[in-house]
Amino acid sequence: MHPLRKQRLQLVILLVAAAALVVGLVVYMLRENGNFFYTPAQIVSGEAPKSTFLRAGGMVVDGSVVRSDDSLWVQFKITDGVEMLTIEHTGILPDLFAEGEAAIASGKVDENVVLQATQILAKHDEKYTPPEVADAMNEAYKQKEAAKSGGYK
Amino acid sequence: MIAEYGHVALIIALCLSVAQAIVPMAGSFAGYRTWMRLGHSLALGQLVFVAISFACLTGAFLQDDFSLQYVANNSNTLLPTQFKISAVWGAHEGSLLLWALILAVWSAAVALFSGHLPLVLSSRVLSILGAISVGFGLFILLTSNPFARILPFSPTEGGDLNPLLQDFGLIVHPPMLYMGYVGFSVAFAFAVAALIGGQFDSAWARWARPWINSAWVFLTIGITLGSWWAYYELGWGGWWFWDPVENASLMPWLVGTALVHSISVTEKRGAFRSWTLLLAILAFSLSLLGTFLVRSGVLTSVHAFANDPERGIFILAFLGLVVGSSLLLFALRGPVVQRQQGDAEVVSYSGLSREMMLLLNNVLLVSAMAMILIGTLYPLIADVLELGKISVGPPYFNFFFVPMTLGLMVAMGFAVFSRWKKTDAQMLRQKGMVPFLISLGAALILPLFLAESMSWKAYSITAAITLGASFWVVTMSIEDLWQKLDRGSSKRGSRLKNLTKLPGSYWGMQVAHVGIAVCALGVGLSSVYDVQKDVRMVPGDRVEVAGYEFAFDSLDFVQGPNFGASRGQISAYKNDRLVAVLYPEKRKYEARNQVMTEAALDAGLTRDLYVSLGEPLKGDAWAIRLHVKPFVRCIWLGGLMIGLGGLLSVMDKRYRRRRQSGAKLSAQSAAAEAVTQ
Repeated sequence: MHPLRKQRLQLVILLVAAAALVVGLVVYMLRENGNFFYTPAQIVSGEAPKSTFLRAGGMVVDGSVVRSDDSLWVQFKITDGVEMLTIEHTGILPDLFAEGEAAIASGKVDENVVLQATQILAKHDEKYTPPEVADAMNEAYKQKEAAKSGGYK
Repeated sequence: MIAEYGHVALIIALCLSVAQAIVPMAGSFAGYRTWMRLGHSLALGQLVFVAISFACLTGAFLQDDFSLQYVANNSNTLLPTQFKISAVWGAHEGSLLLWALILAVWSAAVALFSGHLPLVLSSRVLSILGAISVGFGLFILLTSNPFARILPFSPTEGGDLNPLLQDFGLIVHPPMLYMGYVGFSVAFAFAVAALIGGQFDSAWARWARPWINSAWVFLTIGITLGSWWAYYELGWGGWWFWDPVENASLMPWLVGTALVHSISVTEKRGAFRSWTLLLAILAFSLSLLGTFLVRSGVLTSVHAFANDPERGIFILAFLGLVVGSSLLLFALRGPVVQRQQGDAEVVSYSGLSREMMLLLNNVLLVSAMAMILIGTLYPLIADVLELGKISVGPPYFNFFFVPMTLGLMVAMGFAVFSRWKKTDAQMLRQKGMVPFLISLGAALILPLFLAESMSWKAYSITAAITLGASFWVVTMSIEDLWQKLDRGSSKRGSRLKNLTKLPGSYWGMQVAHVGIAVCALGVGLSSVYDVQKDVRMVPGDRVEVAGYEFAFDSLDFVQGPNFGASRGQISAYKNDRLVAVLYPEKRKYEARNQVMTEAALDAGLTRDLYVSLGEPLKGDAWAIRLHVKPFVRCIWLGGLMIGLGGLLSVMDKRYRRRRQSGAKLSAQSAAAEAVTQ
């Protein structure tokens, strides 16, 4: 082979290999660090994986917030209108966290189907509902309506 | 009536910008000089009317005119005056008006300071800026009119500004950030004008460079302020969250940084031409993408506020039009620019040259941007493809961004020393030896001392790498400076003389590079040695955190202008000596009934003490977050140094002497180059 062509071929092979490596890494990292969002119904029905880091969101159920007397442990329930999911967390809750308002929790679901959250997010503005939560609530509402009217078999 | 004046002024401004988009461009093709010159007056006229419109909206806020929907939603009679003014850009409609105002300011600046440019070029630049103004003007008037009235039943009291925004940060952060975002529109306009005209050479680069550098300075400072604001105002001590909206501002910055470097190669050596053009187009496209992400609410973000999908579609269409047409133009005209390059002197450089170093810088910066872009848009794409609702966490971003930054820093040390065309490897090795040994020493030894003084048991590899990289950048910079001063003779006087002879752009580079090192030091050390404790405390309790003892003295109630607050008093002791008394607050804003945490901090160069009140627990107890954050200030100090470096470079004499003949200019830049080398 002509030396110049050989040089070029080497360069191309090197570039392709580098690009493949980068693409592989990106896909791997996205899969490792992409946290899926599940609705309470999906988690309670067992559709969501256990012991994997995930996010769940819904409205905080009125009267469900329980605080420990001597630590920062807190327990509450969120709902998408279909099912209720229990969430436990140790730490400080965000300012706009309140009963009857939207919240998103990230963490792992344990064997008692309780979400052990490492982080709780509440909305940032009183008029704002996170799009995932709004979608989940809408979806749940639609399913309820469909079930009521017997639309599904 | 004042609102109607504002509305009318905005419509007039839109009409002027339509004329500004069409007339000079048509004139530049037809060769009518009066038409071309008209662009300058139209740009100034547009600024006058947008400014009137902006002033009217500000007036409506100051008069508490709640018959305006926008004022009613974002202000309140009790809101302090300075926040009434900053509330003008506190939400969607007004922030777009600010965007339009800043675009008009940049256009007017181009019109005023482009006397030395060929008229064809300056008129085309203004025409393209006019076209962008048309897009934003239509966007405001059609989807987000801040002057919309609520009649006949207007409220008597406003809904108040979001308490998180009632802060000094809102006064300075968005205008700075927008100056940066919108400033890239000038770079974009220069690039498109160059593509249309097919003229793209070192002279072009010299004209465009101050504009690009200034936009980049504003963006740098805007991001730094935003990070600092998030740190003290969000109340939980974080300063960067890899939030989509933060990413949206970082991406144009990374591309802008690549652009600032690549255009120096275009100016000095005539190389990297099409690449520079592409970066200029990309920087502005990413700024628009940022606007789309913030304003459409498609992503969950701490910055996302209630949104209207129609607006998102408008920006998306505008984004598609701008990116599509400019890339098409680039594809059609890029080869012309490239051919021109072939006509000029052959630009060659070897493997170890400053060109190669800057190429490496560009590859790393653009790859970093691409990784962030993928991570930011992946949730959107996955959602559209129904792969589920995903959010990409910080580990993804850190995994790519941290090594790339370290790579950049290593290359930065060498790059300062490298020469155009070819660098002597032997010389590089020789000069790099002392800085290398110092950095190695710092990396090995300093973490031991830090570990001890931070009462942190383990030796931290992360701290060692951070220290090594930062020392490397700083020592290489010092070595280069020293060498420049030594040139000629070794007499004392000549050193001082050499010091004053170094051009502003050289100082700019040095300050900005050291700024990167300082910022990296802050990021690395604060994340390694940061200690945080969430505790339950009753007045009288004492808690130890990282060598500091925090005593919860008391809790009072205080009344602010539009809020009531529980205010804690917490004293911090080190070795039984009182260091600081902190007053964190938990505020309740009356109009919105919204609770907000106001953290208290004791700032210092080597450490911040950061205390925030969580929530009241049973009895007198409170959940309290105590933070000791070593070196966290360095992050923003570094950011400001980077901005200052850019500013020094903008003020370089060679860009100020505008009216000199071309021959003089090039002779002068050759002289400056000789000093830099």
